[in-house]
Amino acid sequence: MSGPYPEQPKQPLVLGIESSCDETGVGIVRGTTLLTNTVSSSMDEHVRFGGVIPEIASRAHLDAFVPTLQEALHEAGVTLEDVDAIAVTSGPGLAGALMVGVCAAKALAVATGKPLYAINHLVAHVGVGLLDSKPDAGAAAGQLPQNLGALLVSGGHTEILRIRSITDDVELLGSTIDDAAGEAYDKVARILGLGYPGGPAIDKLARQGNPKSIRFPRGLTQPKYMGTAEEKGPHRYDWSFSGLKTAVARCVEQFEARGEEAPVADIAAAFQEAVVDVISSKAVLACKEHGITDVLLGGGVAANSRLRELTGQRCVSAGIKLHVPPLDLCTDNGAMVAALGAQLIMAGIGPSGIAFAPDSSMPVTTVSVAA
Amino acid sequence: MLILAIDTSAVASAALISDVAMEGVVDSFSTEDTRSHAEVLAPGIEKLLAGAGVTGADIDVIVTGVGPGPFTGLRSGIATARTLAFVWNKPLYGLMSLDAIALEVAESTAAVSEFLVATDARRKEVYWARYVLEEGQLPQLIDGPHVGFASDLPDLPVFGAGAGLYADVLRADEDFAETQPDAASLGQVALARLTAGQELLDSTPLYLRESDAQVPGPRKRAL
Ligand SMILES: [Zn+2]
Repeated sequence: MSGPYPEQPKQPLVLGIESSCDETGVGIVRGTTLLTNTVSSSMDEHVRFGGVIPEIASRAHLDAFVPTLQEALHEAGVTLEDVDAIAVTSGPGLAGALMVGVCAAKALAVATGKPLYAINHLVAHVGVGLLDSKPDAGAAAGQLPQNLGALLVSGGHTEILRIRSITDDVELLGSTIDDAAGEAYDKVARILGLGYPGGPAIDKLARQGNPKSIRFPRGLTQPKYMGTAEEKGPHRYDWSFSGLKTAVARCVEQFEARGEEAPVADIAAAFQEAVVDVISSKAVLACKEHGITDVLLGGGVAANSRLRELTGQRCVSAGIKLHVPPLDLCTDNGAMVAALGAQLIMAGIGPSGIAFAPDSSMPVTTVSVAA
Repeated sequence: MLILAIDTSAVASAALISDVAMEGVVDSFSTEDTRSHAEVLAPGIEKLLAGAGVTGADIDVIVTGVGPGPFTGLRSGIATARTLAFVWNKPLYGLMSLDAIALEVAESTAAVSEFLVATDARRKEVYWARYVLEEGQLPQLIDGPHVGFASDLPDLPVFGAGAGLYADVLRADEDFAETQPDAASLGQVALARLTAGQELLDSTPLYLRESDAQVPGPRKRAL
């Protein structure tokens, strides 16, 4: 099962498995054509905790995997026999959650004799840009734009990537150094009593508030972190959201200490503005300074109306084209894993074998694990 | 009858069990350590099948240890067993993992009529269960499995790695001080029970502990 993959079907049928956070996903693609994207989410089980609980997510993955696989095969109208290869997220993500998908994928490889690709979750988010029949998901079918960047924003990650080749040359330009943006939304939603998940609740309420009524800090924007284009500071393209969350808590406390009701809509709007402002400005800066002309938005926070709006505006002014895939392909799913797997096969890259370990902090420079 | 048995409640192990093989075991493997299940289990099973010259089609039943055991490791085996059973379209059963050690006790010279089996539950606790043994019978589970402190166990001889860890506070059997649940023994228990027409468990994991998640209390208001 190891060694170079002998035949390279032009349009390989690939089954992709995702279990890095709270979505159990099985997707099937044929080359660049999406056949099915089946997702079972344990989100409801995390609501009362106000955030994803890794152990609960892992338990849910174990119970959801086979039914999700079964449904995906049924929806795509294919059998495991038809499949040319299996792809699985092997990192980054929650260690216990990754373990379930990886073990299931390996068992699938053993039982079917099909080659297995261990794939980077972050690069897979970019892989959806390659699926055709989805207008605005990327450029021409099966081809990514030349100077491509990807802005990934979710409950688990916040990154800006440069993609020279999706199969073997991906670079991390910047990332959060503490909380992911989606995590900050969840924590602030809890402070404001808005429930979980925080993103949609804050986005909705923010429309009724004045984002300028309060000014919250933009993390890592001081000159000592930013530096200049010539002499870059240590965190020029990085984000930090933990200070922002603390500032919101402080703000609410101050209103309460004065015996006043906190203006929740204004705080939500001002918080969202701070997040979106710093994400989009740093992302666009990273793109401009790396000659990136097309940027793909991925991750669950891509659903945020203000993030899309402001990033869109700033991309236009900078002469950058912003691509936003359909939302069900932005959130974590198996189709993106399958899509990247298909690209690896078409590029003649060999499978990963079945002896690899999941890696909760897998770097983006590892697109797929070598055998 | 050919059984593929898997257990990852402590170490990772798998075995092929057949009523025509000597002592029932065709071949088996197990790891030493308790933290590399995801890497070693699938290659181990692949080698096991290839070595015995059998394919999925030849297997009649798949059984998996359902714990108790540390959660992440435990799920590795169950996820593997469920997936193999689905693809090969074979019946899948669960067995309480401590039964594996109990069988080894019953077949040893240390066998006594009533005893405990214990494995490491981490966090200074053990998983344990109580068995009685009658001549010529499989050990019978009469209490457990439970999770708790070694010092709170009933005053009986204790077998298994969980006893070895806390030999100072319980009656640990020295010869079994490092014994972990093993798929070969578990598969033998399964074969004996299936042959006797007894029911086995399904593959639902025996976590015994809730997830550690705490429901956050209401935020404290200033003032
Ligand atoms: Zn993701």
